[in-house]
Amino acid sequence: MSLDAKIPQGPLAEKWSKHKFNLKLVNPSNKRKYDVIVVGTGLAGASAAASLAELGYNVKSFCFQDSPRRAHSIAAQGGINAAKNYQNDGDSVYRLFYDTIKGGDYRAREGNVYRLAEVSVNIIDQCVAQGVPFAREYGGLLDNRSFGGSQVSRTFYARGQTGQQLLLGAYSALNRQIHLGKVKMYTRTEMLDVVVVDGHAKGIVTRNLKTGEIETHAGHAVLLATGGYGNVFYLSTNAIGSNVTAAWRAHKRGAYFANPCYTQIHPTCIPVTGDHQSKLTLMSESLRNDGRVWAPKTVETAQKLQKKEITASQVKEEDRDYFLERKYPSFGNLVPRDVASRNAKEMSDEGKGVGTTGLAVYLDFAEAIQRLGEDTVRAKYGNLFDMYLQITDENPYKQPMRIYPAVHYTMGGLWVDYNLSTNVPGLYAMGECNFSDHGANRLGASALMQGLSDGYFVIPYTLGDYLATIGPKKVDTNHPAFEQTKQDVIAYNNKLLALKGNKTVVEYHRELGHIMWEYCGMARTEEGLTKAKGLIKELKADFWKNAIVTGENDEVNAALERAGRVADFIELGELMVTDALNRRESCGGHFRLESQTEEGEALRDDDNFAFVSAWEFTGENQEEVLHKEELIFENVKLTQRSYK
Amino acid sequence: MSGHMNLTLKVWRQKNTQAPGKFVTYKAENISPDMSFLEMLDVVNESLTRKNEEPIYFDHDCREGICGSCSLYINGHPHGPKKAITTCQLHMRTFSDGETITIEPWRSAAFPIVKDLATDRSAFDRIQQAGGYVSVNTGGVPDANVMPIPKVIADEAFNSATCIGCGACVAACKNASAMLFTSAKITQLGLLPQGQPERYSRVQAMVAQMDAEGFGNCTNTGACEAECPKEITLNNIAFMNNDFFSAKLFREEHAHDHSGGE
Repeated sequence: MSLDAKIPQGPLAEKWSKHKFNLKLVNPSNKRKYDVIVVGTGLAGASAAASLAELGYNVKSFCFQDSPRRAHSIAAQGGINAAKNYQNDGDSVYRLFYDTIKGGDYRAREGNVYRLAEVSVNIIDQCVAQGVPFAREYGGLLDNRSFGGSQVSRTFYARGQTGQQLLLGAYSALNRQIHLGKVKMYTRTEMLDVVVVDGHAKGIVTRNLKTGEIETHAGHAVLLATGGYGNVFYLSTNAIGSNVTAAWRAHKRGAYFANPCYTQIHPTCIPVTGDHQSKLTLMSESLRNDGRVWAPKTVETAQKLQKKEITASQVKEEDRDYFLERKYPSFGNLVPRDVASRNAKEMSDEGKGVGTTGLAVYLDFAEAIQRLGEDTVRAKYGNLFDMYLQITDENPYKQPMRIYPAVHYTMGGLWVDYNLSTNVPGLYAMGECNFSDHGANRLGASALMQGLSDGYFVIPYTLGDYLATIGPKKVDTNHPAFEQTKQDVIAYNNKLLALKGNKTVVEYHRELGHIMWEYCGMARTEEGLTKAKGLIKELKADFWKNAIVTGENDEVNAALERAGRVADFIELGELMVTDALNRRESCGGHFRLESQTEEGEALRDDDNFAFVSAWEFTGENQEEVLHKEELIFENVKLTQRSYK
Repeated sequence: MSGHMNLTLKVWRQKNTQAPGKFVTYKAENISPDMSFLEMLDVVNESLTRKNEEPIYFDHDCREGICGSCSLYINGHPHGPKKAITTCQLHMRTFSDGETITIEPWRSAAFPIVKDLATDRSAFDRIQQAGGYVSVNTGGVPDANVMPIPKVIADEAFNSATCIGCGACVAACKNASAMLFTSAKITQLGLLPQGQPERYSRVQAMVAQMDAEGFGNCTNTGACEAECPKEITLNNIAFMNNDFFSAKLFREEHAHDHSGGE
């Protein structure tokens, strides 16, 4: 199958408006003849479900949580970018486009990214109209702050809870449509497979998490908005329930999985304390607006700090290395995430890390508190400081935070074209579960932007084109594919439930996480990745022999849910390693030790790797087949990224 | 930092909504004070799993105090003994070695137990669906800066909007009242200019749904405010009552009715 991204021809700034005109429309009275399935109720899913229902389509919306409001978008802290240029500081749609392409280390599509920047301004208008209480200045207008990888202030925020406020806005729009009867909501319902009829996605198979019932649902199209796969690393900033299952099962039904090795390791997270830990907590990137990152200049001082012989405040100014400010004077503490993470790791690797484990650097607010006063700092970051205190029992107003990189976001995901359609017609992917807009590294405050862009402003246009093409004829649920897919799911679950070995699913998950972090984390090598591949294969075989899955299908069964998700993570882990092995260059978050500049920055190989890797599933335990989508740059010049 | 702890847990176990429940005693051994409360339960569940016994079921997801999934009535307090945090943010350093901890689900007729410690809080969703929104469609809205909003108003609206919908207010209230939860959304939208057109119909619709779900009334005890992990204040209830009475006295004609479609 050829990979046609369907990027419209013509000048960058005209692509989307021209394309919108060329898309077919479904006339208003015909829209109610179409049923659309939306899986996931985060920013992308909730905004898409609400917007499509407003247009008149009948929407069925699904989430595994007990309420659509719990989707993990709720936890996003820092903010959302938009090219409003309210600050008169030189921002524009083109600059947001450029920053995003550069931030992604030239591994994203120009057309998609430009559209994202273009609709970013509409998102803010929409959210304000819904009653989202963004931060404001005393004059009553919207406030902005800066985020990494840009030199303008274009980030809109609601204290440290922007994701919560945006999601509750989308949730309220969804609620309105539920009330009007245009959306039927299924909570505690997990999608376990896609039904493909004659090559088109026509429905899904779900498990009711309260009763265990396996059900089928039909629709003219299936939209996945099921989030990222960061939990493949076991420890990440994702919610415990965040999983790849919906996307992975779609992959196994034919949808290509793109750039799986592109994962984002976020520089400012609370360091790991021990094996009991179930997740990691992010400290928002916005803190780097006022916090200064440093490590002690010498290994000796670091060791004293590790042994708690001295405290951070006892380290004299001249004995501190503000390494980001030193190495990147023009961006300073606000370099992109991949750069900041690698530098923190480098400090720890050199023995200059702090904290009892030595795997941490400082994020220091002393200067900001002196400059702005404690009250101002509290008003800006209070909830983050409180979170830090709860977890570490240390007061960040009095001593610097200890931070270390942690898995946060996945740029890879299901391959989609410009219309957000996967290569399986009728199957769409939005938000973090697709791959399309962030290249090899996502800039801060751009995930919320992309989720809402896809859901509010892209899919309502592009989906109509497909629906108009296939026509409103009812989906035939008597087609054997529905029953067959349901039986496949039942058989798979029974296989899991039959596992009565001696090792818990959580132990397998933790082990997988160790392998991924060690060999497919912040620094990757040919040798390490090859080893990881073998280890994952062994882990998979062992899982299907010795795992323990308690309970039955016909009841609430968290063990069964987790087992299915971990089984999928193991398979995905192997594909990530395959992809990382194949990409013999460094770019953004994908850092191959063999490919770096003299200064230790990621060194791309544009001649050989300026493409999207899209992997095709070919059968259980078989190597996946690689398809390449060439990336064509007509507007920006590919250069070595520099934040000096 | 103290050493590891051994604890006794008395946990409510209930197979499903219909089945009778009971307390079962478990040992939680070798617990690090750095663990969160839910990580302590993870340890217990891992040992139950290894014995092929059914793990304790509880709702949880983000584990950073924002999704509102986790609940648990711990030693007589929703989200445990500490103020202004959720159960997932409660760390074991709050407890001492040898302590007995009682863990129950939220208790309210409007929150039926799903299993063990998890309850069905969909009544909260239905209250929101009754009117917790501004009726605007996607697209066609004015520029975000067209309407300035005084910072103090925006900040107050934000404070109300931080409700995570966990249900601790209901669990804390002797009347199982949902007025703090309901009033938080009414206040957020009632304060903002965007919420004005539907202000009085919204309050009526949401209060009617709240009553229909079987939640009790407020008798100004203040337990909800004291236990709310996001420190939503009783002022929200006052705001709601004020709007509700205004609507009932003068604005009956604005009753929220979508039956005719929009």
